[in-house]
Amino acid sequence: MSDSVLGGPHEGGAARSDDGVPAPGQTGGIPRGPAPAAPRPPIAHALRDAVMAALVSVVLFVPLVGLRTDVSPGSGLIIRTRWADVAILVGLVFAGRLLLNLWQDHRPARTAPTARRTEVLRRIGTFVAPLLLGFAVVLPFLPGTSRYVLDLGILVLTYVMLGWGLNIVVGLAGLLDLGYVAFYAVGAYAYALLSTNYGLSFWICLPLAGIMAAFWGVLLGFPVLRLRGDYLAIVTLAFGEIIRVVLINWVSLTGGPNGISGIPRPSFFGLSFSAGGGPGSFSDFFGLEPSPTHRVVFLYYLILALALLTNWVTLRLRRQPLGRAWEALREDEIACRALGINVTNTKLTAFAIGAMFGGFAGAFFATRQAFVSPESFTFIESAIILAIVVLGGLGSQLGVALAALVMIGGFEAFRDLEEYRMLVFGGAMVAIMVWRPRGLVSTRTPSIALGKRRAISGDLVGEGHG
Amino acid sequence: MTQMLRLENVTTAYGAVEALKGVSVHVDPGEIVTLIGANGAGKSTLLMTIFGSPRARTGRVVFEGRDITGMPMHEIARAGIAQSPEGRRIFPRMSVRENLLMGAQSFGVDPAPGLEQAFTLFPRLKEREAQRGGTLSGGEQQMLAIARALMSKPRLLLLDEPSLGLAPLVVRQIFTAIRTLNRETGLTVLLVEQNANQALRLAHRGYVLVNGRITMGDTGAALLARPEVRDAYLGTH
Repeated sequence: MSDSVLGGPHEGGAARSDDGVPAPGQTGGIPRGPAPAAPRPPIAHALRDAVMAALVSVVLFVPLVGLRTDVSPGSGLIIRTRWADVAILVGLVFAGRLLLNLWQDHRPARTAPTARRTEVLRRIGTFVAPLLLGFAVVLPFLPGTSRYVLDLGILVLTYVMLGWGLNIVVGLAGLLDLGYVAFYAVGAYAYALLSTNYGLSFWICLPLAGIMAAFWGVLLGFPVLRLRGDYLAIVTLAFGEIIRVVLINWVSLTGGPNGISGIPRPSFFGLSFSAGGGPGSFSDFFGLEPSPTHRVVFLYYLILALALLTNWVTLRLRRQPLGRAWEALREDEIACRALGINVTNTKLTAFAIGAMFGGFAGAFFATRQAFVSPESFTFIESAIILAIVVLGGLGSQLGVALAALVMIGGFEAFRDLEEYRMLVFGGAMVAIMVWRPRGLVSTRTPSIALGKRRAISGDLVGEGHG
Repeated sequence: MTQMLRLENVTTAYGAVEALKGVSVHVDPGEIVTLIGANGAGKSTLLMTIFGSPRARTGRVVFEGRDITGMPMHEIARAGIAQSPEGRRIFPRMSVRENLLMGAQSFGVDPAPGLEQAFTLFPRLKEREAQRGGTLSGGEQQMLAIARALMSKPRLLLLDEPSLGLAPLVVRQIFTAIRTLNRETGLTVLLVEQNANQALRLAHRGYVLVNGRITMGDTGAALLARPEVRDAYLGTH
């Protein structure tokens, strides 16, 4: 029996003073700058901290950069040392850390965001969402939209959909899933196998792929019902890998590493998108000049519709008891049990519905590529989707869409930087987590409100919750 | 009189450590019964055992003639028992209204009368209806936890340390609300408290739990008068 004291881990997410007003400057978990109680000279503190950072970087860079093996002119390897490079890097770390510390000491203290700021953000949000949607709808007809832009749009929308699907599991139900790509793979292979083996059309296979993925979602859900947080993450990670390894090794069914090729393209209500036109093709029926762009535009609208379906279902469910139960589960599982909520069913439906949308996206992926192989479903995909959800702000639909746009679009935009792309990318993620630790859009509008809807700022909520 | 809740020789253990060693208590309909005892005596364990988490290792828990010992938690809740858990456990990011609705939604009951009752009992919650649960003060959170438990129209309410960490004035408010509920709606209450003085004044009957065993059971007033209770739990001589 534990008589927990006030302020235990479940004692409300926010730091709060006794009169119920959020205490300014205590909202986050990250200490910002020196504590006010310790009147240490800021310069000395900053120097000390920078020296520590430099020492850490010495430990890291000596083996990573300082030592390099080369093939010797005779035979075997020789070790070359590059101490100058190490010195430059350590110097950079020292100077950077020092500047960062000094800047933090001199900037004005962070204050808790006011209700007004939240309100302003909410207003911006109400404009941004319809604008983005309108832009997405007219994009294929804008002058200057090339095939490349459309392809990129399809890619971004695929990740928007995957992000929204994972958002159900991670953002709403608070179940950290590191193996989401498994359901994407199940959907893709379900479509690939059903269409190539049985000649079923895309429109029949799409729901089947979703059902298959949902089935696997429940299958994953059962063993992890009792797990939370880190343990859940590890098991879901393993699950993602198991699916991929099975796909590689079950050569007779999946073709192993060679994958499945020649997957049929989707048709437009029975009209094919053949490049040569001809009777029964899309261009022939509508009297258009045959063009390969038609199919790309069609695929674009297909994924847009699928993504919007995901969004619509999520928004609808959030207002229903099931969606509320997911959110309550994220907040406090024990309280849910005490209130008679069937936690088992709630978790399983979250896994199943999240997985189903992953399966839809997978089927789309297969028909778009006309080829699937296990290589497309590595852990990095799960990580990217999860990053989209976390950077976007857990549970926020608009945030997820923006994050997908920034991450996938940005990844393309920095293609010219070649090997420095990952560096820029990592830096951007660190920057977002420093400045907006709860994601790009961190407010939550209550699903039930009286009269005026009031957003609940995520800034008042402790990080790392759910 | 038929008993509403009966624990028969219940033993509960965490691994090898027995927290309850053959406890038998009962609660009659319409009663407020309190369970007092020191830290670690097993008070919360007893309440949680009624709810099936942890489960009783031996013995039986009987509610309205039904054996609920092995039932899943959500079914125990649906049988008519509600719980305001230790540490309140409100949903911090959901609004007060959403918190209350969560209390009703698994039971297929119309939430409107429950909301009205909650706001009549605790007018503060009405004022804070659209506010996020996590921004409420401790006392308001406790009110919310009790009101949320009542949303399912339970016949038995389990309260785990409602006075924990609250100012004396707020504790009095909450205890008054419990008494009002009991008198006006006939709600049966099993109350676990460290604040023995006020709990015994409120309750019809009380039990004293020491190291997982019931050492005394009597009316609230009689327990208050006993010197050994006064010495051990009331700190007055």
